[in-house]
Amino acid sequence: MSITQILFWILSILTVFSALMVITRKNPVYSVLWLIIAFMSISGHYILLNAQFLAIVNIIVYAGAIMVLFLFVIMLMNLNADAEPQKNKWLQLAGVVAGGCLLLVLIAALRETELRNKIAQTGGGSIGLIENLGQVLFKDYVLPFEVSSVLFLSAMVGAVVIGKKN
Amino acid sequence: MPINYYIFLAVVIFCIGVIGVLTRRNAIIIFMCIELMLNAVNLLLVAFSKMHYLESVERHVVASTVGTEAQLFVFFIMVVAAAEVSVGLAIIVMMYRNTHSVDVNFLNRLKH
Amino acid sequence: MSQLVYLVPLFPLIGFLINGLGRKVMPKSLTSIVGSATILASFVVSVLIFNEVRAVGFMPVTVRLFDFIHIGTLNIPFAFQVDQLSALFLLIITGVGFLIHIYSASYMNEEAPPHYARYFAYLNLFVFSMLLLVLGSNFVILFIGWEGVGLCSYLLIGFWFTNNDYNYAARKAFIMNRIGDLAFLIGIFWILFQFGSVNYSEVFAHVQGSSPSVMTGITLLLFIGATGKSAQIPLYTWLPDAMAGPTPVSALIHAATMVTAGIYMIARSNIMYTLAPATQGVIAVIGLCTAILAATIAIQQNDIKKVLAYSTVSQLGYMFLGLGVGAYTGAVFHVMTHAFFKALLFLGAGSVIHAMGGEQDIRKMGGLKKFMPVTRWTFFIGCVAIAGIFPFSGFFSKDEILSHAYAHNPVLYVVGLLGALFTAFYMFRLYTLTFLGGFRGTHDQEHHLHESPAAITGPLIVLAILAALGGFLGIPEYIAPNAHVLEKFLSPVFASSELLVASVSPPPATEWVLTIVSLLLILGVSVWAWRKFRGYSSADAKEATGFAKILENKWYVDELYDAVIVKPLNALAGFLNNVVERLGLDGLVNGVGKAVQYGSRQIRLLQSGQVGAYILLMVIGVVVLIIVQIFL
Repeated sequence: MSITQILFWILSILTVFSALMVITRKNPVYSVLWLIIAFMSISGHYILLNAQFLAIVNIIVYAGAIMVLFLFVIMLMNLNADAEPQKNKWLQLAGVVAGGCLLLVLIAALRETELRNKIAQTGGGSIGLIENLGQVLFKDYVLPFEVSSVLFLSAMVGAVVIGKKN
Repeated sequence: MPINYYIFLAVVIFCIGVIGVLTRRNAIIIFMCIELMLNAVNLLLVAFSKMHYLESVERHVVASTVGTEAQLFVFFIMVVAAAEVSVGLAIIVMMYRNTHSVDVNFLNRLKH
Repeated sequence: MSQLVYLVPLFPLIGFLINGLGRKVMPKSLTSIVGSATILASFVVSVLIFNEVRAVGFMPVTVRLFDFIHIGTLNIPFAFQVDQLSALFLLIITGVGFLIHIYSASYMNEEAPPHYARYFAYLNLFVFSMLLLVLGSNFVILFIGWEGVGLCSYLLIGFWFTNNDYNYAARKAFIMNRIGDLAFLIGIFWILFQFGSVNYSEVFAHVQGSSPSVMTGITLLLFIGATGKSAQIPLYTWLPDAMAGPTPVSALIHAATMVTAGIYMIARSNIMYTLAPATQGVIAVIGLCTAILAATIAIQQNDIKKVLAYSTVSQLGYMFLGLGVGAYTGAVFHVMTHAFFKALLFLGAGSVIHAMGGEQDIRKMGGLKKFMPVTRWTFFIGCVAIAGIFPFSGFFSKDEILSHAYAHNPVLYVVGLLGALFTAFYMFRLYTLTFLGGFRGTHDQEHHLHESPAAITGPLIVLAILAALGGFLGIPEYIAPNAHVLEKFLSPVFASSELLVASVSPPPATEWVLTIVSLLLILGVSVWAWRKFRGYSSADAKEATGFAKILENKWYVDELYDAVIVKPLNALAGFLNNVVERLGLDGLVNGVGKAVQYGSRQIRLLQSGQVGAYILLMVIGVVVLIIVQIFL
């Protein structure tokens, strides 16, 4: 087992564990915190795959901005574990079963693929580097880049309009 | 790492996200599980990009940029997720203001 | 002239259309003229055809009008057959029919013009159907006429439709006919299956090669149809009830023509019956039993028309007896003479009923001879004829049947003679109670008594002459050799049967003995009846008791049918209606609707409005899709 493999396994277990914690905690603040840890471990995976830019962006945008926003909203509503509504037990069971079936089916479907012996390169490769990404982004995909700024504008306007008091 | 490992990992995280959406009644938690699903997909995309890059390197293509699109796609997913979160949370706040609860079961107006 | 035979049924059909369609606008005089003139025209054509048929060396002619059914090898043409048998029946039907039409013109005069025209339309339609029946050259045309006369019988019995009892009588007649018709149809199908054709010429040519069991089966089925139409046991109870119709209708349909359709059919198919002696035995027995049964009932009846109705059933029994013992000519002879004297008797009864202002109970009549001499004497001639007293027509025809019966089996003769004695008894009882003695009705009725107008008495006189002299067409061998005109005339029709089984008569000496014995007995019974009833007064009208009561109630046959057949069928119909129809079929049909409603109600619960439920379903759907896509 090389160091890469050990790291991969540690990060994987951490990700799965924290995802499970997200969905099972009653206190929503704890769910948010566990989600931040999940994002961190996924960023760890990105670094392992040498996708440096994405790792940083993941932490800044997701863990930094989006999760903080969630936390603000939860604090705003003053939610804690007592006020948490609980779904009907049978529906919860049905949900778990359905999700489990989805898992099984997807695994079974992807088990037989031809990709069995292909390898994702870890710890190397230049495509994850920011300058290579920037080259492609600003040469071939500059239009979607500009349009995404319009998207942000509309999202901002929408959020403001929806949140108005009257 | 063999690509299969990444595939399984992403599938597991995705399904956990699905279970979370089906199981929880708090609208905010459901929203967070959606973000979890998006991240699983992002991880898988990045893994595939490295796989294709490795293939092209092994075929001795010089200065290949084969997997770059996938990572840029992940970048745009994050962009969209951010926008979506802001609007979604605004809606949830509005809902809280009207009904003083974030219980999804109260939103059964679709019945009519 | 025989090529123009289609004119014979055509004229009554035109009369039916004119009177039927124009009944709201036609005045009564025009209606009766149109109705009677068409029959007269048919009669004239029939006479001309008869003349042609009578000529020596005449061969039967088939006149084809058009192809009725033509499918593959099956060819049923709409064709008429002109031969001796059909020519004779043509004369009887159109001749007696014409007289009855003239009679009806006066008898039905009290009806309103639309109903008057309706009556004549129905009467013409009846004659048309009857002519189709006797003229048809195959069993299918026969059956068309068969059904047509059944329909007209229903229409005419229920002519005064405002009275519900008459409607029930009409329905009873039609339904009992139908029961027989079912057997008749199956017989025709069997003939078609066996011989590949229903034309008389083709069927009768190939009959000799068939097995006796097939022949017995076919003839038995056809005979069951005849029992329905010609009122034999067990399907005879409709005929007495049919007296609900106007009296001329009873005369024409239920005495002279429709009820003889069965005899015509068997006479026409005589070769088939000769090849099935078992069926002939059955026919003879049933005919004889019917004759006796009806005669016993007639003795105790008090309605003038009912007596004549049971008399008709009884005389039809004699005709079937004749057919059963192979006396085909004798049976047809009796048809002819019966048409004369029974029509005469019925028309006379109608005259009496008119004079009595609608009264039909003979216990309230009496002494009418003073007021209605013509009716009285013609009625008397009819009575003598039906009783079978020499030299009137009934003697010759009945004697021929009975002597053939004796040659077949003496027991048949004895029972037949007993029936003849009953006949004489009840007929003279009827005559005596009606015309002789003192009047037993009310004062108002007595003032109303009068002889009927010429339109009524004219046909009575003509029929009386025919009833008196008609017998001389069939003088038997032992009285005068070679004088049986009718037998010589009809011999080509029955020739093939004669070849197979020669008709047997007893030796002349035996015949003389039989004749004289029977004649003396009949005269004796007639005189006895006359003496017994001429002193009848109202005080004698007591309730019948014991055996007489059984006879008066018609041996309770109607009640028996009611209990055994009608009530179970009604119960079955009730069961089918309430259980099968309401619960079963309605339940099934409504159940489909209810199931759809229930299902939709349950499915509607899916739309809870809960987003969570929708997402769950979405996930399940995705799982199913992946399974289907990848693994199936």
